[in-house]
Amino acid sequence: MVPERKVARTARMTTSTEPAPADGTGAPAPDPSTTPTDRPTAVSVQGVYKVFGRKPAEAARRLEQGAGRDAVKALGTAAVIDASFDVKQGEIFVVMGLSGSGKSTLIRMLNGLWKPTAGHVLLGDADLATVSATRLRELRRTRVSMVFQHFALLPHRTVLDNAAYPLEIQGMGKAERRQKAQTALDLVGLGGWQDSLPSQLSGGMRQRVGLARALAADTDVLLMDEAFSALDPLIRREMQEQLLELQQKLGKTIIFITHDLNEAMHLGDRIAVMRDGRIVQIGTAEQILSDPANDYVAQFVADVDRTRVLTASSVMVRPTAVVPLASGPRVASRTMREAQVSAAYVVDRQRVLQGVVRDDDAVAALKAGQETLDGIVHDGVAPVSVDTPLAELFAPAAESSLPVAVTDDDGRLVGVIPRVTLLEAMVPPEQVTTSDLPVDAEDQLVTEGARP
Amino acid sequence: MTDTMIPRVQLGDWVATFVDWLTSTFRPVFDVIKTVLLAVYDALETVLHAPPFWVVAVLLAALAYAAKGWRLGLGTLVGFVVIASVNQWGNAMDTLALVLLASAIALAIAIPLGIWAARNDRVSAVVRPVLDFMQTMPAFVYLIPVVTIFLTGAVPGIVATVVFALAPGVRFTELGIRQVDKEVVEAGHAFGSTPGRILRQIQLPLAMPTIMAGVNQVIMLSLSMVVISGLVGAGGLGGDVVAALQRINISLGFEAGLSVVILAMYLDRVTSALSSRSPVAKALATTSA
Ligand SMILES: Nc1ncnc2c1ncn2[C@@H]1O[C@H](COP(=O)(O)OP(=O)(O)OP(=O)(O)O)[C@@H](O)[C@H]1O
Ligand SMILES: [Mg+2]
Repeated sequence: MVPERKVARTARMTTSTEPAPADGTGAPAPDPSTTPTDRPTAVSVQGVYKVFGRKPAEAARRLEQGAGRDAVKALGTAAVIDASFDVKQGEIFVVMGLSGSGKSTLIRMLNGLWKPTAGHVLLGDADLATVSATRLRELRRTRVSMVFQHFALLPHRTVLDNAAYPLEIQGMGKAERRQKAQTALDLVGLGGWQDSLPSQLSGGMRQRVGLARALAADTDVLLMDEAFSALDPLIRREMQEQLLELQQKLGKTIIFITHDLNEAMHLGDRIAVMRDGRIVQIGTAEQILSDPANDYVAQFVADVDRTRVLTASSVMVRPTAVVPLASGPRVASRTMREAQVSAAYVVDRQRVLQGVVRDDDAVAALKAGQETLDGIVHDGVAPVSVDTPLAELFAPAAESSLPVAVTDDDGRLVGVIPRVTLLEAMVPPEQVTTSDLPVDAEDQLVTEGARP
Repeated sequence: MTDTMIPRVQLGDWVATFVDWLTSTFRPVFDVIKTVLLAVYDALETVLHAPPFWVVAVLLAALAYAAKGWRLGLGTLVGFVVIASVNQWGNAMDTLALVLLASAIALAIAIPLGIWAARNDRVSAVVRPVLDFMQTMPAFVYLIPVVTIFLTGAVPGIVATVVFALAPGVRFTELGIRQVDKEVVEAGHAFGSTPGRILRQIQLPLAMPTIMAGVNQVIMLSLSMVVISGLVGAGGLGGDVVAALQRINISLGFEAGLSVVILAMYLDRVTSALSSRSPVAKALATTSA
């Protein structure tokens, strides 16, 4: 069975079913509907290139003029090509892509470990390309910390002193920093291991020490390079939840690199997909899943557990049979006849869901000469919210013979999900033609039987 | 015969002229160096000579025991008794004093130079060929300019030894620092540490096993050069080796030579044991396990 998922956080995801404009070439602009524009930008990446090799500047210039990655091979390896994006404060921004696509190179430029060959990285209002060495060190101590892909622990120090290292650099006293480091170790489940050397731990445990070290630094920006890759699935899941919790509680800005699509979809407010140094798509999990920019992204998302990522809003369809509460049995039966369904949802003037009316009840009321819907509106509907994951829609869909009603925060009916649409949504997009996608799937409403 | 078209270049003469110029110009500097070296050497020699044989032998054996274990301690004691029994104990202590002093000076120059070369590619590019030159130039050749500057005795021996033994100290230090996991150094930068602090807290501790291997090499090269310095009257075991050579005295040659071997084994075993006992070396050893 699909594991339960916390839904609270996804509330700020888009409720729009409109996919972002897919732009396979160049860096797609962040979709304004999904970016919390009201919050200030924490990290801004502007036209960044990184080339390793003999003539990096020359290679970057050619790339800027439109040369391909292979065309500049003789001049050097283009690890990152024309990357641009803004990460807002409190956002989890996930970067994913195959091995060698430039993810680690990109993240290393966000704290100035590597200088971009061209372009700018802004951390708050500091341009990392031009800040002095002293200011850069201060930024690293106070604003941005990092979890390394290969842990990068100090092998000659105990686990505790490793976790306390950033605090030591910050100039904190021994007792205080050890206490804070211990708290961080407890948080990642390594309480009791503080006196061991890193070499005495398993890979997953070492990774958690690296995590504790970055958390102990207590900076507002966290760079995490495949920070969970060495963890076994259970602990990984636990760490993901903890990260989300932490992020919610403390509003950290997190830039998270991963190979694992499910992890990306689970954690990321937005996801950037990289290929051969370029960012090929930036969008929410839903946008990437339902509208991949190209075959590469489509292949990438093919194996995702779609039920955990897609939410009700991305598969719901416009309800065809909706009866106003103020109308009577005549309107109700005609609506159902026209829509060829045997039950209809009833809403009030504000479209707030009131209940369900059935065709036989409506016909009976009509015969009895009743003028209103009084007494025949059943309230036995259990609506779901727009950000309910698909995985949690199966139970309501199975229990009810009606399409599942989807309501927004104010209880207004915004859509319905017929069972067939639900099943269809689980098929990756390349296996269904566009005309089969949920928006056009309303006809299938008729096949839903109304009788219990 | 002038069967080549290439004119004779008086390279050697130029070097000789340069050394002469050096000697006359920096006379006062060399005098100071000489006085200081001689004073330190005399002090060291006195410390090793003043106590009776068995006190020094037991102390050195205890050091070996502490560094490695009872086998090395016992072996040391036996070896030193052998040295004393062939009447080379005094010479051996002179040689030990020369080696310790020359090694200390060589390391004091080599380690900072190695650090500098590790952090600066240009320095490394300059230092490398110079080291190659110093290491491959026949050891005796160093004695010639050194004698013109410092005349004979312990001081020219020490100076020639320092020059000769420098190379591995620089090389191993540079190698050790460059070998430190890049990501660990990056972690230091990522959390805002200063380069100096990264050097002290990360690079040097992690490079220590390699640097210690360099220390071991420096000491062993020092010993071999100190013996050769017998040619310029540096004294110690080298003095007897040279004397035996000049008089074709097989028995003296063997006894002095054997003493050199015992001293060499002692220095080698103790320094390599000390380097593998450092906490970093232990931490690193378990990493690969
Ligand atoms: N220091 C370097 N010198 C030269 N080339 C490098 C260097 N670091 C990375 N590269 C090259 O840059 C490209 C991107 O590497 P990067 O490590 O950023 O990939 P990645 O997406 O993090 O891969 P992975 O998922 O395997 O960690 C690769 O082709 C790599 O060979
Ligand atoms: Mg990587």
